[in-house]
Amino acid sequence: MKSYIIKKVLVGLLLIFTVSFLVFCLLYAMPGDPVDLAIDSKVSAEQRARIAHELGYDQPFLVQYKNWLVGIFHLNFGTSTRYHVKVWELMRDRIPYSIRLCGISLLLEMVLALPIGLYCAIHKGNLFDRFVVNSSLVFAAIPSFWLGTLLIVIFAVRLQILPISGYETPAHYVLPVITITLSSLGSTIRITKAEVLEVLHEKFVTTAYAKGLPRRTVMFRHVLRNSLVVVVTLLFMSLPWMITGAVITERVFGLPGMGALLLNSITVQDIPVVQAVLLLIAILTVLCNLASDILTGILDPRIRVSLSGGEN
Amino acid sequence: MQELKSKPESKPAASEYATEPEGEASAAGTKNDELLKLENLSINYKVHDGYLSAVNHVNMTIRKGEIFAVVGESGCGKSTVAHSILRLLPDKDTKITGKILFKGQDLSTFNEKQIEKVRGRQIGMIFQNPLDSLNPVYRVGTQVEEAILLDNPDKAAAKKKTVSLFRDVRLPDAELRAESYPHELSGGMRQRVMIAMMLSRTPELLIADEPTTALDVTIEAQILDILKRLKNTYGTSIMLITHNFGLVAEIADRIGVMYAGEMVETGDVFEIFRNPRHPYTKLLMQALPRRSKKEGRLKTIDGMVPRITDDKPCCRFANRCPSASERCFKESPAAVDFGNGHICRCFEAEGAESVKVNG
Repeated sequence: MKSYIIKKVLVGLLLIFTVSFLVFCLLYAMPGDPVDLAIDSKVSAEQRARIAHELGYDQPFLVQYKNWLVGIFHLNFGTSTRYHVKVWELMRDRIPYSIRLCGISLLLEMVLALPIGLYCAIHKGNLFDRFVVNSSLVFAAIPSFWLGTLLIVIFAVRLQILPISGYETPAHYVLPVITITLSSLGSTIRITKAEVLEVLHEKFVTTAYAKGLPRRTVMFRHVLRNSLVVVVTLLFMSLPWMITGAVITERVFGLPGMGALLLNSITVQDIPVVQAVLLLIAILTVLCNLASDILTGILDPRIRVSLSGGEN
Repeated sequence: MQELKSKPESKPAASEYATEPEGEASAAGTKNDELLKLENLSINYKVHDGYLSAVNHVNMTIRKGEIFAVVGESGCGKSTVAHSILRLLPDKDTKITGKILFKGQDLSTFNEKQIEKVRGRQIGMIFQNPLDSLNPVYRVGTQVEEAILLDNPDKAAAKKKTVSLFRDVRLPDAELRAESYPHELSGGMRQRVMIAMMLSRTPELLIADEPTTALDVTIEAQILDILKRLKNTYGTSIMLITHNFGLVAEIADRIGVMYAGEMVETGDVFEIFRNPRHPYTKLLMQALPRRSKKEGRLKTIDGMVPRITDDKPCCRFANRCPSASERCFKESPAAVDFGNGHICRCFEAEGAESVKVNG
């Protein structure tokens, strides 16, 4: 198990490093000179050169990259060219909103998807199962911005029972949470169901019955437990995805989260912020993958062995 | 769940079969001696073009403390019968008729809760492939304990019992092995774990569904030895399902030969080996390798077990039988008792006049 985790951590670090380089390249891949974005267009050439020197833009590319990377280790993501405050402070203010929104959505998704998936697998083909399968297809096909707008029209404009947008009260979170949950719930239910169906036909389920376990125990201790391996992977994969996915939902509902920050920064070419947010997403993705790998290793001893080269 | 209408009896054979145990009561003692008795058990699977007859009017009796072997080739319904006893067949699309009498009680009328109490506690079952019969994510000890805890919630005692069971089935390093995961054990070890698991609640009947098919020959001998020892020490009755006649000769007290869902011949193991009456049994015997090399190539039986979806009367073996007559294609042969519990379902064995069409 130890060598398995070490291997995973090393691969993760390499990934983060690679992504950080690509993200830094963004600065030069974007149209326009980074210096131009930082200053007014009406400055003299000398002043321009001085500012470029101050911001470090006159140094070789790789040196700039090194400086940026060193700064990040000190939680210094640079200064926003737009707001002229530290990028880290900017993010610190935004992160709680995103975590609140995505955390609640993810929790809700799991609480709903697992039992529904299990039920649909056991009672495959009944009315409820068919309803779930078809409606999940519909919701998977609806883009979240459209669904969000539709919900606003129905609940905020027509019925006027929930606020249109904002972030002050818990009520403000209801519609965005529903939007995010509905758009990802279907696929999670379907994957859970498919996995449970597969496990249901395994021989060890028959063994569990044959030794006299009650149906409920068989379902939870053997069927659901073995299906969890895939579901856990899915859950952790969707963690970072939800932060990026919330970009659009946050925009629609006017929530000042990380997604909204990213979107704004891209439109105004606030490169340091874009870099920082992208890097954060990359780090989160790697961390979540690592966590899911370790968890699946714990959940399924066979995976542990095959990935650590025979050691336990 | 299953439909359990008692079907109006059409076959004269059935009633003759049903009276079988009384006929030999003198030899085996009283009726209380019967542990498991299947009466006219029929199982039909629903398929897209109607019903597939997997098991047809099977009658058999397993007495206390005996090893009863069910023999037949692949797809003849042996496993289906075994699974139906503990109701382990998929509920949907399976129609079961007839009686499954265990100690006089009809298991087929039991509800879900009642059948749970029979499983493991009164009837245990081990399966064909030990490789995927154990849950890969739990330690094997835990899986055995899980069964023991159903009777006695004392965890420490369950652990102890598990280790001693592992010793009983000759699992090397019992304590250590209890902490292993299934994938860390060999096929033979896993089958020992399965046997230990199914013995943990000391059932009166153990159904062993081809327990050695997936194992190599040396392990097979050891597993058989364990089964024999269990029968002798605990008095457990064993229903051994196999396609291996050699195994049967070694271990069984009585045999039931199945073909295409029907029990074509039953009887004492010595009687059947000495004096097989059904052509199918005879052919199976000829397909056995013997010690002498003079016999040349082993005999095989041409063709395959037919897929039976229509219900017209005929002998199900007729199309492969070397001595089939026209009658065999038109009527179902009745079960005939040749005395001493030797029962056979064949017109030829009956000694009836028959015109041979091929042979």
